[in-house]
Amino acid sequence: MTNEKDDSGVHTSKPKATDEQIIYANLLDWGMKAGLAALVVTFSIYVFGLLPPHIPLDQVSLYWGMGTHEFLQKAAVEPGWAWTSKLGNGDFLNYVGIAFLAGITILCYLPLIPMFLKKKDVVYALIAIVEVLVLALAASGILHVGGH
Amino acid sequence: MSVRGRWLLFCALLAIGALVGETAWATEAVASKAVVSEAAAVAVPEAAGMPWWAWPVILFVVTFGLGIVAVLGGVGGGVLFVPIVGGFFPFHLDFVRSAGLLVALSGALAAGPALLKKGMADLRLALPVALIASSAAIVGAMIGLALPTNVIQISLGVTILGIVVIMLKAKKSEYPDVKEADALSSALRISGIYYEPTINRNVDWKIHHTATGLFLFIGIGIMAGMFGLGAGWANVPVLNLLMGAPLKLSVATSKFLLSITDTSAAWVYINQGAVLAMIVVPSIIGIMLGSMVGVRLLAVTKAAVVRKVVIIMLLFAGARALAKGFGI
Repeated sequence: MTNEKDDSGVHTSKPKATDEQIIYANLLDWGMKAGLAALVVTFSIYVFGLLPPHIPLDQVSLYWGMGTHEFLQKAAVEPGWAWTSKLGNGDFLNYVGIAFLAGITILCYLPLIPMFLKKKDVVYALIAIVEVLVLALAASGILHVGGH
Repeated sequence: MSVRGRWLLFCALLAIGALVGETAWATEAVASKAVVSEAAAVAVPEAAGMPWWAWPVILFVVTFGLGIVAVLGGVGGGVLFVPIVGGFFPFHLDFVRSAGLLVALSGALAAGPALLKKGMADLRLALPVALIASSAAIVGAMIGLALPTNVIQISLGVTILGIVVIMLKAKKSEYPDVKEADALSSALRISGIYYEPTINRNVDWKIHHTATGLFLFIGIGIMAGMFGLGAGWANVPVLNLLMGAPLKLSVATSKFLLSITDTSAAWVYINQGAVLAMIVVPSIIGIMLGSMVGVRLLAVTKAAVVRKVVIIMLLFAGARALAKGFGI
């Protein structure tokens, strides 16, 4: 936060958010709205049957009580990013909005890195870089979970 | 048509679409992939007398109500969503937890921009905390998906009952007295000023016990990923009572933090295939619409009464999770 003080040290104006904070907020605002819009559109396509789902709507209830490992096996669904090759199916199309909402934070971090470096704020630039790597690792699908 | 009117229209469409979908796709089932049909034959039987589309519609109505109650009770949506939907709906806990994370994430994404622009959430405070919590949340999500469901149910029940204790016992400090910033927060330059409209002046703040606070966020991140709860219930006490950040700043920074912590955990669930659009989307839309209504009701509702309702709901849901975990 930036602010001004008078001669006696008293703050004389409302503090303003830093440039980094404003940039992050603007990107987040745009991404959140785009993601939610995508979610609404793709879900409408799904429930109105504009694209055929991989699992027919009247059979979804047969799968939602299964754990993920059983679900993947019985519904013939592949984990990771395999959904990107099945966007012609109404149910998988919903992943576009979901993935966008889950990915927008990574995009928000990217402009922070040069901004911190420009201010020679190396520690925060490093924090931002490592955070991008952590989130990218989570999103990559490289991490595998054992079955239960 | 107003924005609110458009949202209401979409909700009606959701319900109608579900009804239409059931009819339209009943015939498609025959033509669906053999492997899917084969799986359906051995899958769990449908709840007696309940058409498949009833559950998503009920889910939408319930999450709409949860959205209202969450705002009025001052809690995040995720902490109510997971135990209640996990306890009383026929969905597997894997799908419920991923939906819980996405619900909490959506709420945080929606609130984040305004909180950052107003300076209520602080980026310098949030970034180091978020790095630790989001890394831990990945571990938590992996543990959660690897452990047997009954173990998760029991742990969830214990956690929810623990949250009730925190809600009953934890004090709040509007402006904690931080005599001196510690070395770590000074080195990271974590301090600031924000405008407090209720007293019409700027509030200077700094923090202490930074190392201990950061360490605690490892545990908070693990629990957030493991149970899909969001973690505002734990973030705020640590930021406010331990680290000494003003209450409003702690609440706002906590809300913003969820957008990062829950992102990492949500990806683990997404990549493991623990996402069903039929559960996730009605939940997100329902809780966001409910939150909008809740904000409007805030001025005319007694917060203390709603908070008691939330505590009773959590007690009930925590007990239910424990009972399910023990197979009762």
